[in-house]
Amino acid sequence: MSELLKATSLTRYYGDYRAVDNVSITLNAGDILGLLGPNGAGKTTTMSMLTGNLAPSHGDILIKGCDLADEPKKAKQSLGYLPEQPPVYRDLTVNEYLRYTARLRNIRGKAITLAVSKACDRTGLDQVSRRLIGNLSKGYQQRVGIAQAIIHEPDVIILDEPTVGLDPIQIREIRDLILELGTRHSVILSTHILPEVQAVCNRVNILHQGRIVYDDANTETPEHKQLIVQFGRDIDVHSLLELSSISNVIRQDKGRYVIQHHSDSSPASTIASMAVENQWGLMELTPSEMGLEHIFISLTQGEEQDDSRDQNAEQAA
Amino acid sequence: MITPIALLELRRMMLSPLAWVILALIQFLTALQFLNSVEEFMLNQPRLSALENPPGVSDWVIAPLFADVAFMLLMVVPVISMRSLSVEQRDKTLSLLMSSPVSMTEIVLGKYLGMLLFLAIMVGMICLMPLALMPGTTLDSGKLITGSIGLFLMLSAFTAAGLFISSLTRSPAVAAVASFFLLFALWLMFWINSGGEHIRQLVEHLSLLHHFVPLLKGSINTADVTYFIVFATTFIVLTIRRMDAQRLQG
Repeated sequence: MSELLKATSLTRYYGDYRAVDNVSITLNAGDILGLLGPNGAGKTTTMSMLTGNLAPSHGDILIKGCDLADEPKKAKQSLGYLPEQPPVYRDLTVNEYLRYTARLRNIRGKAITLAVSKACDRTGLDQVSRRLIGNLSKGYQQRVGIAQAIIHEPDVIILDEPTVGLDPIQIREIRDLILELGTRHSVILSTHILPEVQAVCNRVNILHQGRIVYDDANTETPEHKQLIVQFGRDIDVHSLLELSSISNVIRQDKGRYVIQHHSDSSPASTIASMAVENQWGLMELTPSEMGLEHIFISLTQGEEQDDSRDQNAEQAA
Repeated sequence: MITPIALLELRRMMLSPLAWVILALIQFLTALQFLNSVEEFMLNQPRLSALENPPGVSDWVIAPLFADVAFMLLMVVPVISMRSLSVEQRDKTLSLLMSSPVSMTEIVLGKYLGMLLFLAIMVGMICLMPLALMPGTTLDSGKLITGSIGLFLMLSAFTAAGLFISSLTRSPAVAAVASFFLLFALWLMFWINSGGEHIRQLVEHLSLLHHFVPLLKGSINTADVTYFIVFATTFIVLTIRRMDAQRLQG
């Protein structure tokens, strides 16, 4: 796989405050990379640097092999960027605005009309192309912003919180659009919404306090799944641990256990029959993914959260 | 790449009522002034013709007209230039240009040329008035040409300063007020009379008006033309540097 975008050890200071600290990001062809992080994690700063809107204090950015600092024009030609606030001129019509952005990206002559109608088509703007951008709803303005980013068919598309402030239907439409974009372009998408990443991204980096704390390309994803079981009483955990497919059993509450098992084989039926055999009084048996949410929360909220949860468990016991 | 930016700047200016109001009011005030001086000239003509080397209609009408227009535009150009970079920064639309394959120099020059196009239209419309005298009298076309060149150079200098000020702030109102005071100070310098001879001379050389007057009288001086070009270039370079620094400081 070819690397379309490679940022190495990006650091950015605002005065003494280090907003982004030694962040490295790699985007391969065909990736939809989610940049996930709580508010203020440095997502927007990182994206501004990747798109040349901010100069990094340290670090290099290569886009299709062109250094953004040395050959900015060449590098930016393969880049489409939608900032948090769509950079639209409210006093222009959609058509006028898109024609202008096409010209800015070195599209000339008849190709402009073609590019504009194609971008309108892909973003569903055909109906409103003659209306003033200022009179469009937020969702449509967001689409204009996306159309602007894809008009020159760039290899890398960078979208900063593309679904913020939209209603649920618009969010779904924009997500579908991003999935569609992912088939032809590589996309970096920043968000603080977990389901969004799960819905559209095939890769995730988690950013916290300016650092990448999780990169699924480098970090081992735990090869575990888990079952949540509720018995009528506490049981002898050892009999469960004897099963080869079970790796760990955690007691959460009276009779409530989280059973982690290897992802290939589910011990659910075995547990059920054991429960019947030993009269454990099985009430609930729910499979659950040890997913991104767990990783996200444990990485961004640190130990305090885990501690308090343990304390709760102890108190309950 | 400068052309699309310049054309869009002009287009967006023309979309706002402000530009049309300015064009109309300037035209109206200039027309009043023009008719007034034509009338004065007609009244005084018998006495003037008795003189040995009488001032023609070009001296009597065109030069004062252009001088007045320049002074009026001193107040108007800041209003035209105030939005150019400040609003782009405020509304975060600048990131469209920054993430496009366009250099900062092209962005700034594009904005600048867009405004100059607008001002060229204005100067063109003002020139129509003296030209309207053509059927009735012979105009000193040399003086008309140097006068309009002078006026345009003056406006280019105003605009460059206004552009720079608008890059410093996100508020268009602040940009307008600050540009106006900067230009006004540079204009007024001509009348400073205190200080020694050297200081007076230096101040005179820095003054905008000092270099404008000869052009109105019909003499094109390399020193004067260079002054305006250096003035405009300085502010444009400052603007580019300022915008680049913005990218570094964030």
